[in-house]
Amino acid sequence: MVDSNTVLTGQTFAYTFYVLAIMLLMAWFAYKVTKNEKSKEIKPVLFYSLVGFLVLLGVSLHIITHETIPWKPLDLNRSDIKADKTFNITVSNHKFNLPQEKMVVKVNDKVSFNVTSEDLTYGFGLFREDNTMVFQMQVLPGHNNDILWQFDRPGVYSIRSTEYSGPKGISMIEKNVVEVVN
Amino acid sequence: MKFLQTLMSGEEGLFKANTLTPMQKMTLRFVVVGLLYYAFAVIEGMLMRVYQVTPISMIPPNQYFAILTAHPLVGIFGSTYSTVFGAFLFLVPFLMKKPLWSIKLANWTCALLAVGTFIFWFSGFVTHYAPLYTLYWPLPADFSQFSVWGGTFFIVGIAVIMVGTVFFVINIFKTIAYTPEGFEKQPGKALISSALGISGLKNLFRKNKQEHLVSLPVAAIARGTVDTALNAAVILFTGVLILVYMIAELLGTSLKHSAVDALLYKNWFWWGLDLIADGLVLIFVAGTWYLLATLITGKKLFMENWARAALFVEMVVSWTVWSHHLMSDQAQPGILKILSGEMVTAFELITQGLAFFITLITLWSARPLKMTNPLKFLLGGLLGFALAVPAGIMQADLGLNRILHNTQWIVGPHVHVAVLVGLTMTLYSAVYFLFPILTNGAKLYSQKLANFHFWAHLLGGIGMGAFMGMAGLKGMLRRTIYFNGEFNVYMILAALSGSLLLIGFLAFFFNIVMSVGLNGVIGIFMPSKLNTKDLLPQEK
Repeated sequence: MVDSNTVLTGQTFAYTFYVLAIMLLMAWFAYKVTKNEKSKEIKPVLFYSLVGFLVLLGVSLHIITHETIPWKPLDLNRSDIKADKTFNITVSNHKFNLPQEKMVVKVNDKVSFNVTSEDLTYGFGLFREDNTMVFQMQVLPGHNNDILWQFDRPGVYSIRSTEYSGPKGISMIEKNVVEVVN
Repeated sequence: MKFLQTLMSGEEGLFKANTLTPMQKMTLRFVVVGLLYYAFAVIEGMLMRVYQVTPISMIPPNQYFAILTAHPLVGIFGSTYSTVFGAFLFLVPFLMKKPLWSIKLANWTCALLAVGTFIFWFSGFVTHYAPLYTLYWPLPADFSQFSVWGGTFFIVGIAVIMVGTVFFVINIFKTIAYTPEGFEKQPGKALISSALGISGLKNLFRKNKQEHLVSLPVAAIARGTVDTALNAAVILFTGVLILVYMIAELLGTSLKHSAVDALLYKNWFWWGLDLIADGLVLIFVAGTWYLLATLITGKKLFMENWARAALFVEMVVSWTVWSHHLMSDQAQPGILKILSGEMVTAFELITQGLAFFITLITLWSARPLKMTNPLKFLLGGLLGFALAVPAGIMQADLGLNRILHNTQWIVGPHVHVAVLVGLTMTLYSAVYFLFPILTNGAKLYSQKLANFHFWAHLLGGIGMGAFMGMAGLKGMLRRTIYFNGEFNVYMILAALSGSLLLIGFLAFFFNIVMSVGLNGVIGIFMPSKLNTKDLLPQEK
């Protein structure tokens, strides 16, 4: 399974390229719009082509991510997939109550994190040692909050609440509590 | 000596508040309130930027989160609502060539926005009530963390703003539909139908097409105002719900939080909030772009019928788009995440893309143009949305949202670039355009300061958004505090960019005060001596 860092690197390149292109376009436009030149009539075909392009772009983005980001179909179909391992976690009073046994996972196993809140709305995120995020989800009271994940490499991960739950929530960090092994 | 004279009386003494009509004074009051609250929001923003580099010991975390709660609300309601409502209460009658339905009601709107914003800001400042603008259930009613009294006044402040908003909505639609005294009878229903796009929709199925009775900018204002009204209803309803819990608590009864379903509440609340973020903001901005482009060029809008249709689509999209905020909520049905969250959201790329393109082509068709202040700020506003909308489309993807939600990416390249660069620069363009009209020909104190304002705001806004975004891609969350400088490189650069924004605003503020003078600013708030409903003074 592709790592989330790889996906973010791809996104960084794509968005940076776009940003540079649109800034150059606007700079060129601002320069040219003041020049003493007569504009030719803009034909509607250019406009209709743009409409078509935007429709294509809007739809294709989601199709491409569905085909290339592995956790997207995994998430949508998670109720039909049997997890190799399930961890049940509860949250109350701004504290994660973790399973008693250490959370150890094998590389490529499908793991379900099932998190329930007993009071407020929280977040549940897994982070690498360099603080980068592996994934996150919201944890709503009164609802089942589960995520299915497949780790593609060994590592040690921390849990952190990714949603604001009042000032007390800033200390909701459990260091190095998930370990992925070969 | 000359400096002091200019400070008191304005540049060359040209601005004379006693020559202003009641309409001009009303509009300028909105602008002054909007700018003062913008200053509030910028200072709060800078405090938080510094805090993200090094938590300030004088500000405990609960106060930091109170600032984080007030900051966007002051920015949206205190600043943006004030500026936009003031401009539209002037522009609708201006474009429809008839007086505003009620100047008195408009002044009430201004006062309620100003007072309501101060009430919620002050209650947050004093009591540290901090459930953030999202108010995720049951946090706003969590009285183990927050003061009940603080929360009560906070909600009352927001409710006061919503009452002012309802007055604005009534005034806009009444102005479109009514027949002023001494005017020929106007077709009220047909005017409203045209403004909302209903007659345009019917035209699709008619052989004999009816012409549009209201101009495109008025149609944009009317459609955005529909979202404003719906949003006011949602916020008022939610406020009452929270108030019920607060009043019960004050009376000694703790109501059960589980009586309200957190997911249903979140759907309801985001449906309402997106009427602002993905509704009225985008519709008002597109309408303002069209208006400015036609005013700057003096030419007809390129592909005007498409622009009208896109505004209508945008309004419908804004009613069906909310689920992109719930993509990380696992209990939210998958079909809603895909249809509302991904697919409908993608329509915003199309509607905003068309608005961007139509505005640029309209400007292009009038070459050569002079690079005036309204034009350069309009181009900055267009660039802002060109950067921010695709960033939003990316995060509204089920795959990417899993690793972007609640990171600095959301609030940097998307929210702040959209609001600060896209929206605010568009508003500045309108302010610079309307300045001589609303002040009866007052002269800008310094063009150099206006140029500095432009570049500082543009570079500061884009820079801050970019560095926040980079931190977000490295995993930095948006609603927490980092105590060990984990993301300091990005946060220092974001703070430097933020300080450019602050300096740019100070330059603008100084420039405007020096243009109209302190006496002029005070004069704006004095009653007009002219007894007229006309927008501008009669030519002598």
